[in-house]
Formats: sequence, C-alpha cells, structure tokens
Amino acid sequence: MLEHYLSLAVKAIFVENILLAYFLGMCSFLAISKKVETSIGLGLAVVFVLSITAPVNWLLHTYLLKEGALSWAGLPDLDLSYLNFIVFIATIAAMVQLVEMIMDRFAPALYLSLGIFLPLIAVNCAILGGSLFLVERNYNLAESVVFGFGSGIGFFLAITTMAAIRHRLRYSNVPPALRGLGITMLLTGLLSMTFMAFSGIDL
Amino acid sequence: MGLLSKKSQQVLKDPLMSNNPIAFQVLGICSALAVTVKMDTAIVMTLAVIFVLAMSNTIISAMRNYIPGRVRIIVMLSVIASLVILTDQVLRAYAYDMSKQLSVFVGLIITNCIVLGRAEAFALQNTPGKAFWDGVGNALGYGIILIAVSFFREILGSGTLLGLQIIPQAFYNAGYENMGLMVLSPGAFIILGLIIWVQRLITKVEEEA
Repeated sequence: MLEHYLSLAVKAIFVENILLAYFLGMCSFLAISKKVETSIGLGLAVVFVLSITAPVNWLLHTYLLKEGALSWAGLPDLDLSYLNFIVFIATIAAMVQLVEMIMDRFAPALYLSLGIFLPLIAVNCAILGGSLFLVERNYNLAESVVFGFGSGIGFFLAITTMAAIRHRLRYSNVPPALRGLGITMLLTGLLSMTFMAFSGIDL
Repeated sequence: MGLLSKKSQQVLKDPLMSNNPIAFQVLGICSALAVTVKMDTAIVMTLAVIFVLAMSNTIISAMRNYIPGRVRIIVMLSVIASLVILTDQVLRAYAYDMSKQLSVFVGLIITNCIVLGRAEAFALQNTPGKAFWDGVGNALGYGIILIAVSFFREILGSGTLLGLQIIPQAFYNAGYENMGLMVLSPGAFIILGLIIWVQRLITKVEEEA
C-alpha cells in the first residue's frame, strides 16, 4: 500500500514532472527563475497551495459536482461536473488569498520579495492543472494529497534548478538575440531531457 | 481590411510579430506547448483561444465602468471561466475525440496568462470594439507560434502533417527515422527556443541575460 503512494509521488516529482513534462506553470517559471531566493520562495508557495487545493478540490468534485454526487441530498440524477472549472478556480483564488495573508503575517520579507507573483499563483496553470488531472485520472483522496504534494515538489525542484543554472549563465557569452527567453527555453528543453531519464523507474 | 479603422488594424497586427504575446510578452506559454504534438490539436486550441480571448475582452470592456477595482480579478476570472466552460461543452458535444485529446488543456485556457493579461492591460481601458480586435490579434499571435511549433514537431516527429504522410516511404526504406525526441516534451521546448531566437533576430529585440 505504501509502495503505491511512494511510486505515485516519485512519478509526480520526477517522471511526470508537472512543469517539464506537462508544461504547466511556465509563465511564473520563466519570470521568477532569474533569482535563486525568489524561486525558492515561489516554489514553496506552490507546494503549499497545491497540497491544499488538490484535496479540497477533490472533496468538492466528489461530494458536490460529480455525476450522482448529490445523492446524499436526494438528487441522484444531478450532474454538475460542467461547473468544475469555475468552482476549482474560485477555491484556488481563495486559497491563494489565505496564503498571502499568512505569509504577510509570518514572513514579511518573503512576502515583499515575491511581490506581484504571489497573486499570480491563482492563475498559475500548475495549480489548476493539478486539480484537473485529479478528476481526469480518478484519484482517491489519499492519492490526490500525494499527487498534489508531489507535483508541488516537482515544480519546486525544476524552478530552483533553473534559477541556479541561470545564475551561472550570467558569466557566459550568449548570442544577443538568444539572451533571456530564448536560451531559457533551450535550457528547459535540456533539463526536461534529463528528467526523462527517470522514466521507467517503478517502485 | 477596408472595414477596419487604422487604429484597429494596428491593434490587430501588432501582436502578430513585433509584440507577440508568447515570444515577446512571455505570456501564455503554459498551455501553448502541450497541444503541439500534432497540428490539428494546435489549430483547434487556437480557435478556442481566439473565441475565449475575443469574447472575454469584449465583455470585460463593456463592463469596465461597472466593475469595482478591488474585486476586478474575480469578476474577470468568472467571465473567462464561463466562456471556457462554454467552449469545453461545445467541443464535447461536436468534437468528442478532439476534446479527449486536448484533455485538461481546454480548461487551462482559464489560467492562460494571455487572457487575464489582456483583460487587465487592455480591456479595462478601452472600448469594446477595440478590445475585441485586440483579443483577436493576440489570440492569432499566440496561434501562429502554436501552429509553427506543432508544424515542426509533427513533421519531424511523425513525418505527417494533419495526419497525412509527408515524408515519402522511400526515405524510410533508405534508413530515415522519425525523431522520437520531437514527440516528447523536450522537443517542444527546444523548437520554441529556436523560434524565439529567429523571431528576435528579425525584430532585433534583445534583453539582458
């Protein structure tokens, strides 16, 4: 039983890294990965938000929105799953607001350095994507907690690695037109290739 | 183009090349790459984004004087989410296979930074007419990159275009092989990196490393 969850976590972190294999969360990845400190901050925020929103959205989907989910309320024929998107995004926005308030109170320095990008987590594709994958893959509650946490860690790992590489990149002579976005995309490609080496690992 | 005023033409044309949302503004890359393994999915995605972006820009611009500043994000998100639900339901009803292939990425149009970005940066300050063309222009700029990436990935990765065999069988007999890398995710990153490189060589935009 434990192996199953461990294998799911490894899969979410390495093999099917949400950023490098599914391209989710690229916007903030590209914008934030210029500095190591801020990318660690954003990475942690994503881990936190994703581990909360994944199970919350799972509960909402299973007990409110799924076909026949409202049978406990005497409405067995109701299928509200078309409301998935709007409910998920509202939950995420509320959770981000909460994280923002907690961070402002307990880690003001981090709060200031993340600046505009914290509210942008609400529209970070990785967060919504995580919730949508749960539904598509029919995970149960425990699996969705593991999946949410694992995907967050995967994002954290990718963004800090990239920030470290970009830090070194300042000392190299990149062709002018390739500087910034271009070289970052090429590097992401290489990084994604190295992560593919993990595929085939099965615990 | 006689239908459009000079200003609207500008608004429509700018995002296609010099101010391209993906290559220049670095927006909307999230959902851009996952649907580019095959060209047909990229085209459907482009159409969906054109619809959502043009409509959301128009609607938000029409409501701009009634939206209180403090809750504007949530108002914009609900407009966008409703439009995406509509798109998703239409795809499910009339192109079920396609909607299965696009899987979660139709839903992810909600969090596509282009949509919210244009709403915030353009629709809130401009009239609905102009906002509509801005939406179409930006969605087309996004679509051009999407289709370009999928063109290279499909032809190099599977030897086909829109499902039709392009690389002749004789090549395969002579030992040519499809590039497996292009079908996998690194292919998308590398192709996009190269496209951005070429685009910046043409527009002569440079940024600090």
